[in-house]
Amino acid sequence: MAGGRTAGIDQGAARSDREVALLAVELVDVAVARDGRTVWSDATVGIERGEFVAVLGPNAAGKSTLIDLLLGLLRPSAGTVSVLGAPPGSHGNKIGYVPQRHAFDETTRIRGVDIVRLGLDGTRFGLPLPWRDRHGAKVQEAIELVDAAEYARRPIGECSGGEQQRLLIARALIGSPELLLLDEPLDSLDLPNQSSVSALVDRIRREREMTVLLVAHDVNPLLPYVDRVIYVAGGRVLAGPPEQVITNETLTALYQTPIEVLRTSDGRLVVVGLPEAPAHHTDRHAHP
Amino acid sequence: MLSQDFIRLALLAGTPIALASGAIGYFVVLRSQVFAGDTLSHVSFTGALAAAAAGVDLRFGLFAAAIAVALLLVLLGDRAASDDVAIGTTLAWVLGLGAFFLDLFNRSSHGGNGVIAARTLFGSIFGLSGGQARLAAEIGVGLFVVMLAIARPLLGATIDSKVASAQGMPVAAIGAGFLVLVGVDAAEATQVVGALLMLGLIAVPAGAAVRLTASPYLALTLSSVLAVASLWLGVVFAYVIPSLPPSSAIIGVAAAIYALSFVATSFTARRPYWPRGARTENG
Amino acid sequence: MSLFAYPFMVHAIEAGTIVAVMAAVTGWFVVLRRQTFAGHALAVMSFPGASGAALAGLPLAVGYFAACGIAATAIAAGSRTDERRNLAQESAVIGVVQVTGFALGFLFLSLYGGVLENLENLLFGSFLGITTTQVEVLAGVAVCALAFFAVAGRPLLFSSIDDLVARAGGVPVRALEVAFLLVLGLAVASTAQITGVLLVFALLVAPAAAAQQFTPSIAGGLGLSVAIGLLVTWIGLALSYYTNYSVGFYVTTLAFAAYLIARLSRRLRPA
Repeated sequence: MAGGRTAGIDQGAARSDREVALLAVELVDVAVARDGRTVWSDATVGIERGEFVAVLGPNAAGKSTLIDLLLGLLRPSAGTVSVLGAPPGSHGNKIGYVPQRHAFDETTRIRGVDIVRLGLDGTRFGLPLPWRDRHGAKVQEAIELVDAAEYARRPIGECSGGEQQRLLIARALIGSPELLLLDEPLDSLDLPNQSSVSALVDRIRREREMTVLLVAHDVNPLLPYVDRVIYVAGGRVLAGPPEQVITNETLTALYQTPIEVLRTSDGRLVVVGLPEAPAHHTDRHAHP
Repeated sequence: MLSQDFIRLALLAGTPIALASGAIGYFVVLRSQVFAGDTLSHVSFTGALAAAAAGVDLRFGLFAAAIAVALLLVLLGDRAASDDVAIGTTLAWVLGLGAFFLDLFNRSSHGGNGVIAARTLFGSIFGLSGGQARLAAEIGVGLFVVMLAIARPLLGATIDSKVASAQGMPVAAIGAGFLVLVGVDAAEATQVVGALLMLGLIAVPAGAAVRLTASPYLALTLSSVLAVASLWLGVVFAYVIPSLPPSSAIIGVAAAIYALSFVATSFTARRPYWPRGARTENG
Repeated sequence: MSLFAYPFMVHAIEAGTIVAVMAAVTGWFVVLRRQTFAGHALAVMSFPGASGAALAGLPLAVGYFAACGIAATAIAAGSRTDERRNLAQESAVIGVVQVTGFALGFLFLSLYGGVLENLENLLFGSFLGITTTQVEVLAGVAVCALAFFAVAGRPLLFSSIDDLVARAGGVPVRALEVAFLLVLGLAVASTAQITGVLLVFALLVAPAAAAQQFTPSIAGGLGLSVAIGLLVTWIGLALSYYTNYSVGFYVTTLAFAAYLIARLSRRLRPA
């Protein structure tokens, strides 16, 4: 299950080779740039296998950039990145990815079950021969894992936001990945769905001993489940347990402006004093 | 050149139509209603051929079909704009229907040797009679005058329809009235350059104007000026080179102006002006 | 049936069958990828292609394929998936290109002197005078197109639905996009020779759109699309032969009817 917690906020702790082999993700002094501008730098983070990590931070701080880096879609401008003990981009099915997206619009007439199946064979060239199909059972299993059996055979455009999200998670899971990356999966969901999807991800993680990185705007639905938090802001990347990262001192230092963290009576965290308005859905750039 | 009757009639009819088309076209482009123009062009063809097959004056079918479909587009509203599959399939059917009427006409006693297809699809500006030219000119002038009158409210309704409504402007009615005007103009433009090329008079000079200037009234004026310039230069070229069909020449000039506007703006690095309130084609 | 007695009719049916199948399969992807506008633009470009070929004394098929190929390459080069597309501007540009294509085509036809005989055929289709060579060329093109879909269909489907995840999984999204546009050019150039430039939608889009309304299943949708395309073509050809009216009219009307029925039946079916 979740490996031993680091006592404090990770910054440049040295690791033995054996420890490195156990790490799901390791960044050492990594900097990343987009369009010539450095997004963040001096990032040194180690994520152990089996951890559930939330990636937080303001808009455009570089949370999705981190995901792109781990997928090998982006190369670091400095430092080294290793994912599951190997350089990024070489993992195929071992990494499951649920991207940030707009909802499938209602005219997309492809069934959820077919979309889940694409997670297994969508990258393979060649004609799918019906008598050589061994995937049916796995597809069914993945769909049942996310409790989507009821609507999986409907065109995905007709499913609700929460249902679509579950199907996309099923697609990411079908290859039995060791690492699951989810980019803002809760963003367009209502509160009950945010809770249930968070709980679902945690349950699957424990059943399958996966490492999970989940990018979110609001840590609250995830608080019951996360081991650690990665906070991306102000060009820096910090990792540590939530009660140590999401504090007045840490966030004030990160944003370079007074930040206050309040805890409500039912345990929710509210961050006050952020220098920009909360994110809206329209801020995300459109996928073609 | 001006001593020739057919040239004089072509310019007499064409100039007001080009003026009106440029003005109307500016708003068509601004309101992202180019697809509506495409629809009306297809429909004009079918309407005209239906009239011809029935033995009635072509122009009756032209105008009736264009105005009727313009009203239909008003009724369907924005939802119609976003389903490209439905629109394309329907338009193809409308054209197929036109082909049927063309067959009917060719076979009827009114006879046909293929000329009518060419004239309806590609215009007949050099073949207008005195009466036809005069009527076309009158309608063109009328259209232009109406456009001048409603330019200000239409602009307000286009750029920010919510604010305009709040100010008491009947935005929906203005939009509907405008589409009907587009329908009338489409029918007019069909006589000049034909159904398939009418967007070349309506949308292309406007497209160039919008790239060249961000000021609305300047763009409106420029759009009309460029449309008239396309018409005149096209007629001149077609006169000087007899094997050049006039409609191709007019559209060619308009397209060249558009291309030049690209070149001009790439030097000044000016971005074309799209008002924040304007809808995009696909809703 | 007596219509099989005539070689030209047999050729027409052969050509129509080949084209219907290729258009139906290609069209299924066109509808999924929302690229019907591009398909229409390509069809328009084949008009100056064909009339230009006539003017230059080349076989019409050369004009069709060359024009559509060049236009497809241009569209592929001009579109970039990572940028947000300004749809209003895009449609203005496509409008200009379309109008210029028609104007050029008419010019070539006028210069060639063939406006009166050829305009209707080029624009609205004709099944007369299809040669054996034409059928062979169409068959060859169809084999290439269908082979493309057989080999790359799955990754193409994946990248059409979700290009980010496909790219992360290693699918060559951009290369597939370009390849698909070229295949679309081939399909359009072939279809235009039967239905005419203006009515390509009838075989390219309508059967696939109707099929997708009837069923969201992938295999089912593709199969139904082909079935509808074939039916529409065969019945259209037969009707045109017996009543002597334009084949384009019958094919578009039948295809439109199929689409309407599909839309209506979906609405009437209980959810």
